[in-house]
Amino acid sequence: MKTSLVLALAAAGALSLPATLLAADAAAGKAGWSKEYPQSDGSPARSCVTCHGKDLTQPGRQANTGKVIEPLAPSVNPKRLTDQAKIEKWLLRNCKWTLGRECTATEKADFVAYIKTQ
Amino acid sequence: MTHRKGILILLGLGLITFGTAGVAVSDDGDRNGKRGGWLTARADVAPVANATYGEECGSCHLAYQPGLLPAPAWAQVMDPAALGDHYGDEATLAETLRTGILAYLTAHAADQASEVRSRAFAVGFDAHAGTGLPRITETRYFKRKHDRVPTSLVAGNPDVGSFSQCPACHRGAAKGIYNDSQIDIPGHGPWKD
Repeated sequence: MKTSLVLALAAAGALSLPATLLAADAAAGKAGWSKEYPQSDGSPARSCVTCHGKDLTQPGRQANTGKVIEPLAPSVNPKRLTDQAKIEKWLLRNCKWTLGRECTATEKADFVAYIKTQ
Repeated sequence: MTHRKGILILLGLGLITFGTAGVAVSDDGDRNGKRGGWLTARADVAPVANATYGEECGSCHLAYQPGLLPAPAWAQVMDPAALGDHYGDEATLAETLRTGILAYLTAHAADQASEVRSRAFAVGFDAHAGTGLPRITETRYFKRKHDRVPTSLVAGNPDVGSFSQCPACHRGAAKGIYNDSQIDIPGHGPWKD
């Protein structure tokens, strides 16, 4: 009986731990949004702003193709942040293209938290 | 008798063409309707008919019709490593999506298509030529069809930018319509070859 209680507590602790680590910080996401990353191949430095712009309620433009990107702000585009697979796909691609590496779980949580407030 | 039959067949064909074209014009909106491009408003390459391809590839650029490159070229473009540096972009796809899209592109590639214009894109393709990924704009047919278009209308035109931007001038590009009657170059107008 005692053992199972301890196990249950341990399990609960393990579950809540990642949540604590991922305490999303919208302010950090906002700061990260316009942070510029120099590119090793000689192309101009990139940030999220390069394609999405500073104002998330406005459409952006794909830097290479010029294709219009619908606004990211859920306040004007309610479809945003509703599809988990889509969020993960774009965070993976866009972090690799912009930062030159995958984002950490914390960075991703911060970006999502920031976008949510827009 | 045979003669009259022939006339009837011709009339029938005319009606069919007219009917199809009517739909194409109304789909294309006023811009194309104005110049009455209905005579030739048929798809030159089969339009995209795969939702996954349209969504995954079309979110960054025109979902180029599979019939614009032969199958070996699509295989190179859709290689997992190649997608990590997709003409300068990161375009990694989940493996199930990647294989699904590649299968669609392969089955409808230029060398598999029935449309004459589509098949032309496969002519002279060499998978081993060049070092970068294959490009529609570097196929023999594309180059021949665009060799008289001055740079000032494309790279030097802020509303076009590059030959990759098909819909900038080919207003029916999204529907696979690339014939001359639907060309409208921004700041220039129709193209007279």
